[in-house]
Amino acid sequence: MTLLLLFNITNGLIVGAFYVLMALGLSLILNLSNVINFAHGGFLVIGGYIAYALTPYVGFWGALLLAPPLTAIIGLAVERVLIRPLYGRDPLYSLLLTFGLAFMIEDGTRFIFGPQGKPVAIPPFLAQPLSNDLFFITGYRLFMVAVVFIAVALLFILLRYSRLGVRIRAGTLDLETVAALGINVRMLRSLNFAVGIFLAGLSGVLAAGQLGLEPTMGTGLLMPSFIAIIVGGIGSLAGTLMGGLLIGVASGVTAVFFPAASEAVIYVLMAVILLTRPRGLFGEEGMMS
Amino acid sequence: MQSRKLIVLAAIWAVLLLAPYWMVPLGGYTALATRVLVLGLAAMSLNFLLGFTGVLSFGHAAYFGLGAYGAGLTLKYLALSTPLAIVAGMLLGGLCGAILGTLIVRRRGVYFAMVTIAFGQVFYYIAFQWSSLTGGDDGLRGFARQPLDFGLLKLDILTDANSFYYFVLFCFALVVGAMGFILRSPFGRTMIAIRENERRSRFLGIPVERHIWIAFTLSCFFMGAAGALYALVNNFADPRGLHYSQSGDFVMMAVMGGMRSFWGPLLGAAVFVVLQDYLSSVTVNWMSFVGLLFVLVVLFFPRGLLGFFQRSRA
Repeated sequence: MTLLLLFNITNGLIVGAFYVLMALGLSLILNLSNVINFAHGGFLVIGGYIAYALTPYVGFWGALLLAPPLTAIIGLAVERVLIRPLYGRDPLYSLLLTFGLAFMIEDGTRFIFGPQGKPVAIPPFLAQPLSNDLFFITGYRLFMVAVVFIAVALLFILLRYSRLGVRIRAGTLDLETVAALGINVRMLRSLNFAVGIFLAGLSGVLAAGQLGLEPTMGTGLLMPSFIAIIVGGIGSLAGTLMGGLLIGVASGVTAVFFPAASEAVIYVLMAVILLTRPRGLFGEEGMMS
Repeated sequence: MQSRKLIVLAAIWAVLLLAPYWMVPLGGYTALATRVLVLGLAAMSLNFLLGFTGVLSFGHAAYFGLGAYGAGLTLKYLALSTPLAIVAGMLLGGLCGAILGTLIVRRRGVYFAMVTIAFGQVFYYIAFQWSSLTGGDDGLRGFARQPLDFGLLKLDILTDANSFYYFVLFCFALVVGAMGFILRSPFGRTMIAIRENERRSRFLGIPVERHIWIAFTLSCFFMGAAGALYALVNNFADPRGLHYSQSGDFVMMAVMGGMRSFWGPLLGAAVFVVLQDYLSSVTVNWMSFVGLLFVLVVLFFPRGLLGFFQRSRA
């Protein structure tokens, strides 16, 4: 029983790490540009399939390095052409547009790569379990968590210390003043969008190694990421981080006792949070209204 | 001006009343008209909130689907009565909306949208997981709409497509009439005031949250009615009818037709349903085209078809 619980908590943490990576990207874009990026799952899929296409030539490690920046470049182009005209309009429009985009990406990947799942080969030494007792902790899972940890740490360092990061944080609080101080807000939004999409691409590569690739895989991860943001508190990246881990573990633990509810439990969690603490765990007063 | 409005209104109802007669020669079929009518009703119900209160709900398919399941479960387990099924669906959608509305109503803008999406998905998972009651992934089957019996007059809406169309049109008229009545009332005017300037409305002493909650709840009741009718159209309730992608379709219908007008969403629904029907018959990649449609409408026709025509005339 303990082992089962441990197994599911580990599972939950790993799944939660995915949610975190997705949700942080979404959250960045949402905070600065007021855009709910429905196509975020689509960009995850793009990242995964780029990695799949690159692996035969550059190997897993090369794909891991190359796929996220390539995804970010695609994201940059999409932002420039499709999303930039919508800033300043009702958020409804960017929502609808990215929603349509998500359709196109899913259908496009199905058209190009076929509807069947595609495996991505991971280096053999990562596929081994660490020990016989803890059979479920493969090297790859540890590796994934490590990558997520490093990515998140880098993101927070970037936001805390770099000029770009300071501007993004300032823009989240008051974009108008940032613009008045002579900072190119369009550029800022583009770069911020690219950072968010980079994270989506990275989670795509990682997910590809763990679960294999399917055109629909992004959709399933999108909704938990939304909930991670709401639970953690809109406007707070630290909250998004905690929210993602929390719902991952919560659904993992529920899977032990009541498997059918393992997906529903995160919604219950959200309802409870919204009832007792409407701004979310780490949200600041007024950010959600 | 007033007389022109009346003429337009008369024309709309004439088109709707005669649909079975002009639809078939044009290559359509009556069931398609019925579907347009029901989905149009759903889009109009959503627009009641979206276009007239200015609150962006992206999870309204949940209440549509609840209406469908409410009607289906009533027919299957409780009573073999079509009107009762519609009422049950409407109540289920509306009451769930009323309860969740209390949690949602304080949020605004994108955050309102996010929370509505997430809560909407709750019902999707319930319908998906609780297969002993709802049929799970396969959907709820094993029920059929029942012929209407008024003692003297019997209407066979089960097998006769035309009488079913008129039955749906009758329900449509009831709901749309209620919507129009509310929008003309002082309450409806207040909704529009909130849409135009929420802060000013608040300063005028309007209890904004309560008004938005009432508008949300009413819109969920209407949505439930539309969902119940949809279950009767197909004799089937689909869990995908609760999914947020369905919500996206409804928002699209409203935007494509024209969010600022009362009848716009019906036009949007007609175009959307016919286009989707056509696309899915000619290509397997219809999803890409629907997605492209979303992108194009947002970039080039943000005011919708009616808004576009009104603007080019002016």
